[in-house]
Amino acid sequence: MKEKYPLFQVMGKDGKWQDQTYEKELNEAKVKSLYYHMLRIRTYDQKGVALQRQGRIGTYVPFAGQEAAQVGSALALGEEDWMFPTYRDHGASLAFGADLDMMLLHWNGRIEGCLPSRKKHIMPASIPIATHLPHATGAAMAETYKGSKNATIAYFGDGATSEGDFHEGLNIASVFKAPVVFFNQNNGYAISLPVEKQMNSETIAQKAEAYGIPGIRVDGMDVLAVYIAVQQALDKAKRGEGPTLIEAVTMRFGAHTTADDPSKYRNQDEINQKREVVDPLIRIEKHMKGRHIWDSAWQSSLSEEIGEELDNAISRMENYQKPVVSDMFDYVFEKPTWTIAKQRQQIISRGGRG
Amino acid sequence: MVMSKELAKTGEKVKTNSFNMIQAINDGLKTVLEKDKRTLLLGEDIGKNGGVFRATDGLQTKFGEQRVMDTPLSEAGFVGTAVGMALNGLKPIVEIQFLGFIYPAFEQIATHVTRTRTRTLGHYHMPMVIRAPYGAGVRSPEIHSDSVEAFFAHMPGIKVVCPSTAYDAKGLLLAAVEDPDPVLFLEPMRLYRGKRYEVPVEEYHIELGKGTMVAQGGDVSIFAWGAMMPIALEAAENMKQQAISCDVIDLRSLYPLDKEIIANSVQKTGRVVIIHEGHETGGIGSEIISIINETSFLYLKAPIEKVTGFDVPVPLFALENDYLPTTDRIEQAILKVYEF
Repeated sequence: MKEKYPLFQVMGKDGKWQDQTYEKELNEAKVKSLYYHMLRIRTYDQKGVALQRQGRIGTYVPFAGQEAAQVGSALALGEEDWMFPTYRDHGASLAFGADLDMMLLHWNGRIEGCLPSRKKHIMPASIPIATHLPHATGAAMAETYKGSKNATIAYFGDGATSEGDFHEGLNIASVFKAPVVFFNQNNGYAISLPVEKQMNSETIAQKAEAYGIPGIRVDGMDVLAVYIAVQQALDKAKRGEGPTLIEAVTMRFGAHTTADDPSKYRNQDEINQKREVVDPLIRIEKHMKGRHIWDSAWQSSLSEEIGEELDNAISRMENYQKPVVSDMFDYVFEKPTWTIAKQRQQIISRGGRG
Repeated sequence: MVMSKELAKTGEKVKTNSFNMIQAINDGLKTVLEKDKRTLLLGEDIGKNGGVFRATDGLQTKFGEQRVMDTPLSEAGFVGTAVGMALNGLKPIVEIQFLGFIYPAFEQIATHVTRTRTRTLGHYHMPMVIRAPYGAGVRSPEIHSDSVEAFFAHMPGIKVVCPSTAYDAKGLLLAAVEDPDPVLFLEPMRLYRGKRYEVPVEEYHIELGKGTMVAQGGDVSIFAWGAMMPIALEAAENMKQQAISCDVIDLRSLYPLDKEIIANSVQKTGRVVIIHEGHETGGIGSEIISIINETSFLYLKAPIEKVTGFDVPVPLFALENDYLPTTDRIEQAILKVYEF
């Protein structure tokens, strides 16, 4: 099956062109933009882990290793397209235009952060596995219903492909030719379970065959390949040709969450050694150097700018107004039912504290 | 659009059709599809076949396949699809073929349908109606007879309603579609082709959260809904022979419950019988008792009686009539609270 679903690469592991077809499209500005977002979300991710370790936020879900998959896919989206991420796809959300402050608030246990953007269609991260795949299908069908040319994208991991909602979402999308891209990040592990024990099929891409839709296997460490593959799938969807399943083969360098210890189920030293070889940021850097579009001074200033942006956002997150207890009651229904109104009053009469 | 009470009061000749419940539901669905382009129907066998009970008969021919969609056999999938549609500005009305088939969609309802408004602080909401025929007594196969309204009444973020007449079915359905939040609309399949009612042609709404007094008496309050209403009324009628008169209240809305109608009746009678076909433990009956406890404790003259389904899986049809509350069991309960 790996022969039938070859890994699509635009650059090799050494960063050199593997497929120069897209050189014009992947111009200097585009590549620099992809690099900027990867650097930004990696820095954010490192800060996230550190903040959790310092007890300044709650459990954090790191995504290091998946920057190319998340940025490449997010930057391929059109302004009006819809993104349905999981809890590990905050890198993609940020690259697509999520509000950094909202993102940080979410890790700090604040409901305000659940919706990361009020400008773009970035949905709250789905916590239950694969349940948002039918949502992406439905939102896509609504676009068709309204006669627009927008598409949707659903993010999910390798473990999600074992859930019923994966099947139901893909099946319905294929039957109705919904303009949706199912973007899988196969990072090798669902918490502790390696993908070999998750499924008996050799690839995730081949599962597309069951739905009569295209399945694409792309090197998830190659940001250029991810960008091109997702863009092509989106274009296809927008032309009315239905959904595509993309498997981005990637790696989760770190733990499942900051509450997880990966050394319990895998040799983390091996992962750390491999990391140096496959790191998607190093790969794009090599590529840029090969094309003579790498500039150390530019990189340093980016790095500085991002560090400053994050420090300011973290400071705003920590100084954000205290949560309002009435929020818990005021957004269940448009108008609170009498039971909710009664309960709300009970806690308000205690000074807003339980 | 007129409210039901106003309609009754005006005394003017209102144009009506004589409909049973399934016809009233069909008429209600037709009304909303005509009125609001954002509405669309999804479900299994609802298009070409018109639904296994014919609730959507003729609607696909009239409104097309995009508005009346035959979905794959995929409850989680099409409820999830409806979530995506609702996020994107549409108003999906989903049919679950039998309430006992809703379990695959339970996760979608518990984790997304009911939480979207909360999770987005109102930026997105779920104007969705989930219709589901429920209940025993029509010799259906296994699992087709469940009455699990309590699961959903317990779940924050969804309203649960259940009509017992054709008139209420249309009025409640139109109000449910109009409601900006998700509504589980339970249809007592045992009453689908029962009594005909005069159902107004024009749009009217029955307010969600409001019960209705269908018989007045001073001695005992009977609370029921849906498929239990005919036997509740029959029992109350029979008790007249023993000079016991009953308030019979059709609660119609199971979340939120109508606290006022419950309290007003109990404070008058002091004696209560609650009927439901769902399982006893954790059933809506216990919640009604809780409301009585809170509002009317000192008015009670006797311990409250419940006549309910048992804490067993709804049996196959050979025993379903033994599972279901009966007129006899209700009459015994009325006597018990009356003679206490």
